Amino acid sequence: MKDTRLWLAQNYGPLLAFIVFALMFYTFIARHPVGLTVPVATTAANKAVLLALIGMAQTVPVLTGGLDLSVGFMVVMTNTVASVIVVGSPLQTALGVIGVLAVGMTAGFINGAIVVYGRLQPIITTLATGAVYFGIALFIRPIPGGTVNYDFADFMTFTVFETIPTTLVLLLIVVVFIWIPFRRSTLGRGCYAAGSAEGAAYLSGVNIDRSKLAAYTMSGLLCAIAGLVLTFITGSGEASGPQGATFTLASIAAVVIGGTSLYGGTGTAIGSIFGAFILRTIDDLLFVFDLPPLWQPLFQGVVLLTAVSLGAFAVIRIRNRLDLFQ
Amino acid sequence: MAEASTKTPFWRMERVSKHYGGVIALDGVDFQCERGEIHAVLGENGAGKSTLIKIMAGVVQPTSGQMFLEGQPVTFPTPVAATDHGIVCIFQELSLMPDLSVADNICITSPPGRWGFIDHKAQKRRAEELLARVGCADVHPGELVKNLPLSRRQMVEIAKALGREPKLLILDEATSALTSADVEEVYKILARLREQNLSILYISHRMHEIEQLADNCSVFRNGRHVETFDKGTRTDDEIVQLMIGREYSQVYPPKPKHAVAPQPRLEVKNLSWEDSLHDVSLTVGKGEIVGIGGLDGQGQRELLLALFGVLRGTSGSIAIDGQPASIGSPGTAKSAKYRIALIPEDRKSEGLMLPMSVRDNISMASISSLTKGLVVDRAAEDQKIDEMVRKLSIKVGDLNDAVATLSGGNQQKVVIAKWLMTDANTILLNDPTRGIDVGTKQEIYQLLRDLADAGAAILYYTTDYDELIGCCDRVYILYDGRIIRELDGDDITEHNIVASSLNLPLEQREERAGQ
Repeated sequence: MKDTRLWLAQNYGPLLAFIVFALMFYTFIARHPVGLTVPVATTAANKAVLLALIGMAQTVPVLTGGLDLSVGFMVVMTNTVASVIVVGSPLQTALGVIGVLAVGMTAGFINGAIVVYGRLQPIITTLATGAVYFGIALFIRPIPGGTVNYDFADFMTFTVFETIPTTLVLLLIVVVFIWIPFRRSTLGRGCYAAGSAEGAAYLSGVNIDRSKLAAYTMSGLLCAIAGLVLTFITGSGEASGPQGATFTLASIAAVVIGGTSLYGGTGTAIGSIFGAFILRTIDDLLFVFDLPPLWQPLFQGVVLLTAVSLGAFAVIRIRNRLDLFQ
Repeated sequence: MAEASTKTPFWRMERVSKHYGGVIALDGVDFQCERGEIHAVLGENGAGKSTLIKIMAGVVQPTSGQMFLEGQPVTFPTPVAATDHGIVCIFQELSLMPDLSVADNICITSPPGRWGFIDHKAQKRRAEELLARVGCADVHPGELVKNLPLSRRQMVEIAKALGREPKLLILDEATSALTSADVEEVYKILARLREQNLSILYISHRMHEIEQLADNCSVFRNGRHVETFDKGTRTDDEIVQLMIGREYSQVYPPKPKHAVAPQPRLEVKNLSWEDSLHDVSLTVGKGEIVGIGGLDGQGQRELLLALFGVLRGTSGSIAIDGQPASIGSPGTAKSAKYRIALIPEDRKSEGLMLPMSVRDNISMASISSLTKGLVVDRAAEDQKIDEMVRKLSIKVGDLNDAVATLSGGNQQKVVIAKWLMTDANTILLNDPTRGIDVGTKQEIYQLLRDLADAGAAILYYTTDYDELIGCCDRVYILYDGRIIRELDGDDITEHNIVASSLNLPLEQREERAGQ
């Protein structure tokens, strides 16, 4: 009983995000001319899962008290890589997928290594490496193009058993086989500890460096998965700067809406998934209410502000004003 | 203790020193302690207690010297290395992670599980078992640490330390945040651990605790180990005598004799804030330098912050020049109505904008009074800044240099100049001479006396007892957020200050006066 109450109290951010998303999605389906059909669900899922993966990628560095501005560009870079190597026979395709994941993890590892061993601020480090990754993407795809194994891409962007969108299954697999084990590992624990009180974590003998390195590498891996999904959706590769930047900003928004503190230490990638779903559904709602899509940034901004305000209530309790600036 | 010299001591330090730049925190310390004993460590501020335990816990490295555990030489490059040898420290600043659950915190160092994955059920069981051991079965292991009251957090901290299977447990002021029921529980735990043949190092400023708990005591002074003795072989007064007796090196300006009590400027009645201040009442008169003493962390910092309008939710009343004052923010405090200044504790973070120029820093607090219309009157600003630089003889090449390029002493002068420029007549100082050179210290003492002679009321918190004796007309000693003693004139002696800081009675006073 007490366990349940505590669980609710400690997960109210992600829960709230889930409830808000459920209401929004219900409204969307209720207003939709054809209702909840498999094609409607699949289209919505494909777009939402892409953003959810990027949101998850952002969550892990944020939990350590950092930030990763390069997530969008890691997605773009892995997209261009995928448009070159995820082709050919099933074996070649499989090797290509592994190659893309390795590229993403390497990019994330480099971010982590600079932050941990170079002792540079995460924001400026990833701003710089993000530009480098975008440069590499441009080098691979100076103009949009390339291709992908279409059979595999079709499978990934349609449904399993002709009912459930494949990308949703992919997201579930990522949560169950990547996020939850990480959350339950000593490395994951170290990320939360470092974000909560780095000095205390050090005094407690937590290996902070290894945890941070793992956090950024994990971020790169999730970006690579997102890059693959993007490639399957578009069927080609494009080194798009605006898209990279939009992904990065949306990922931060998804993290915050999902109840993760930008100061680090609290939150979960599950929350970021619903944060991303909320951002996507705004778009769909504008569509079903026949509102101009140009209003989308305005609504996204309002939702983000509301989410941030909910987190700001704690400030009211602070008794020593100097603590406000720490 | 004769027995100890014949066998290998459990823990031994030989000629251990620690230098921070030119400051010597520990000076060739020989120290040892045994299994199955509770060993109290005593000393005033800056005696080297904290450095000693930081070295033992692997937080800082000694500059020279050797350490032996059961006769084997050991070095602790990291806190983990110390824990691996069974040396576990409960620090004064909590080493808990507020956003993690109680169970997560207790098991943070080596969580149960395998292949790097944590077994949550086992972790919860372990946490429950350890919490029960410290008599905190009411704390739920799933609760976040930040939602617990301070006293419970401290007990969780103790449970966490016990979970690391210590052979030598160090407690640094571990009971200062506890309720009396908890303290009893901690005593019982410590007595039990002693029976289990643990070695316990206990740092406390509560003499009655030491009398109740310790088997023997070591006294530190000026970074040196003065003496180790068995409990009961020294009286409180002898212990205080061991703790004091520093060389007096400073020269202070003479204190004026006040024929009549000065007119009060600042009157504080029953000021309370959270758990840090309890019914603090004090007066500072015009032309008076009033000191605040006591061991570090007894509410002195909070008292100054409360008077400067930084703390929310204070109770009690403050009057300036006999008029009730309501000081809601530093902006109000410095306004022409109240004219209060606070020289903060940490000049690098609270006193200065390090990358900004000396000029901008000096005029920072009085910039609004120098503004005409929308722009700053640069001529008037320059004139006042020049006046301040001359008055305080700040050594600065170019006023446009970043203040970070100045020496520590000159930086502190810039902070003081900034507040003098506001024409404040009530000046609060929070340990302003920490880490600055002797020459600048003496200039500051002289400056404070000059300001007082010109009619300012000065409230001066310092961790250096020497300064309380040399500079202050009256001294209030804080203990546990309360003023437990006021010392006046010739009663301001090192003996009285140290005894008061330990909450001991001043019964020796008449006897000494009679000598």
